[in-house]
Amino acid sequence: MATIALREIEGRSRGWWGLFALAGLLVLGMLFAWHAMETRGHVITGMTNQVVWGLPHVIAVFLIVAASGALNVASAASAFDKRFYKPLAPLSAWLALVLLAGGLAVLGLDLGRSDRLVVAMTHFNFKSIFAWNMFLYSGFFAIVGAYLWTMLDRTVGRHATLAGRVAFVWRLVLTTGTGSIFGFLVAREAYASALLAPTFIVLSIAYGMAIYLLVLIGACAGAGRPLGRGVVERIGRLLGWFVLAGLYFVAVFHLTNLYLAKQAGVERFLLLDGGVYTSLFWVVQVLLGSVVPLVILWSPATRGRRGATVLAAALVVLGGLAQMYVTIIGAQAWPLDLFPGYEMRSSFYDGVIHPYAPSLPEAVLAAGGLAIALGGALVGVKFLRLLPVSLADEALAPGDGAH
Amino acid sequence: MNGRRAFLGTAAALGGVAIAPGLLLFEPARAKGASSKVRWGMLVDTTRCAEGCTACVSACNKENGLSGGTGPDDSQWIRKIELKEKTTGRTLSLPMMCQHCAEPPCVDVCPTGASFKRADGIVLVDRHLCIGCRYCMMACPYKARSFVHEPLHDQKPDVPRGQGCVESCTLCVQRVDRGEGPACVEACKTEGREALLFGDLNDPNSAVSKRMRERGAKQIRADLQLDTGVRYQGI
Repeated sequence: MATIALREIEGRSRGWWGLFALAGLLVLGMLFAWHAMETRGHVITGMTNQVVWGLPHVIAVFLIVAASGALNVASAASAFDKRFYKPLAPLSAWLALVLLAGGLAVLGLDLGRSDRLVVAMTHFNFKSIFAWNMFLYSGFFAIVGAYLWTMLDRTVGRHATLAGRVAFVWRLVLTTGTGSIFGFLVAREAYASALLAPTFIVLSIAYGMAIYLLVLIGACAGAGRPLGRGVVERIGRLLGWFVLAGLYFVAVFHLTNLYLAKQAGVERFLLLDGGVYTSLFWVVQVLLGSVVPLVILWSPATRGRRGATVLAAALVVLGGLAQMYVTIIGAQAWPLDLFPGYEMRSSFYDGVIHPYAPSLPEAVLAAGGLAIALGGALVGVKFLRLLPVSLADEALAPGDGAH
Repeated sequence: MNGRRAFLGTAAALGGVAIAPGLLLFEPARAKGASSKVRWGMLVDTTRCAEGCTACVSACNKENGLSGGTGPDDSQWIRKIELKEKTTGRTLSLPMMCQHCAEPPCVDVCPTGASFKRADGIVLVDRHLCIGCRYCMMACPYKARSFVHEPLHDQKPDVPRGQGCVESCTLCVQRVDRGEGPACVEACKTEGREALLFGDLNDPNSAVSKRMRERGAKQIRADLQLDTGVRYQGI
């Protein structure tokens, strides 16, 4: 396979500026929302003392998890030495960085005392997985940044494989850490499972690859760069496998819980009579977010088609957001069972399903995280050599030992 | 030059004189500290706790400067839980608050160390270190913690609170450090119920230890093995 040149895109089209302006506006909105929450308090959000983590956390955790998954294409190129993916790797690493930046911005600005970020960076309780995550996240920036550098600068290119392998291990640990935020919570019936860490890893790869595909197809279309059906089909096929693996882990997680009598209540709530959470799980996460994309990505009629693949990837993202909503908010909506075998009532809403509806400020804050990732991606493809000049099927010829 | 030195010397001396009384007043109060020989705890006798009685809740709100509101955003450091056994219909009423665990999950998960356990077993939140991430609220098995959702006014000087921070029952640490018991315990006694008993769990001769020895006591969510400082009888 001949070396494929990577070039910045022009980034002067209406499409580029339109999207960049949209991202800018959303980030501006995010800052307004943050200011409002800082001055008036979290009372202006839908979050309460019952549902303490809301939509901002759904988006933030999704972005952080997707960041790790977006690196998958780069990992295939370096850690698994698949030459097919090498020209696709720089964009993958850059997306990983901007997605993480978006997620962390939302988490940071949602804090009750976001002015104390410096406290979070100078005082550590090493028994807390949150404290560990601060190192995992900052390490991810440093390692993936260095990896990207080895891919973009030929003078240090010989270190690319090593950097890629370190990044691969680091992102597995990072997603383990993110999954463990929930897995270590013994108090809540819907969590407290070591399965959450590997589940998050598998789901992260699906979400990250879906976002990668959306950006790749969008950028190639916008910049007028050739993108072969074979290329799209191959990445899409791989995405399908991770969607399937995600479904498997989610199924095992719920089946394990269903086997435990004490978990039956919360499982019944999430899977059967939890209203919005049940609908989000079955309709959006399972059907629209997993089954339909699988059919699109693997069916001979649609696989490799750009429009169909964009639809499938967008559905995987939508399913991912639903999964996070059910995992984070559904689990809190279910009341803690302090006295098994008793009905409970109190002024603090014990024993009842906790309602939650996101307010405009927190929705805007959350959307800002997505905008940071979008803006970062736009800036990246314009100013860095991330995108190959051609991704025509001939350019990435098969038979290169990449299968 | 000499004039300036003399001036600086005088200023330093005057400054020292001005600060010294404050230091002297402050230091003895600090020097005492919490002792690990003591483990403060509470015993709740649910057979004496009456349904509908909220004297402990009112006393807590008054002592700690809480609004007493019961909206979803309001802080509730102590609440009354009414229980009904599903099979027998037996009813129970009891107060629920921070259980002051020996192995507190809130302390484990707190990224900055703001949630901490004092040497004498009282679990507190350092208002200067809390970043308001609410991870402790996710981790607490007793739903004992509240997040301050709104700006605060007219706070009580010895019970500092803060918007954007998490808070919970402190066992009225300000009173304990003065040698008194928590406000809820006193209020329950005033009501004539004496359902709450406060004392040193490490002292075998304390009233709380004696009564626990005589009649036994249970921990809520004992399966989690958190070794709670608040124990219950009659459940």
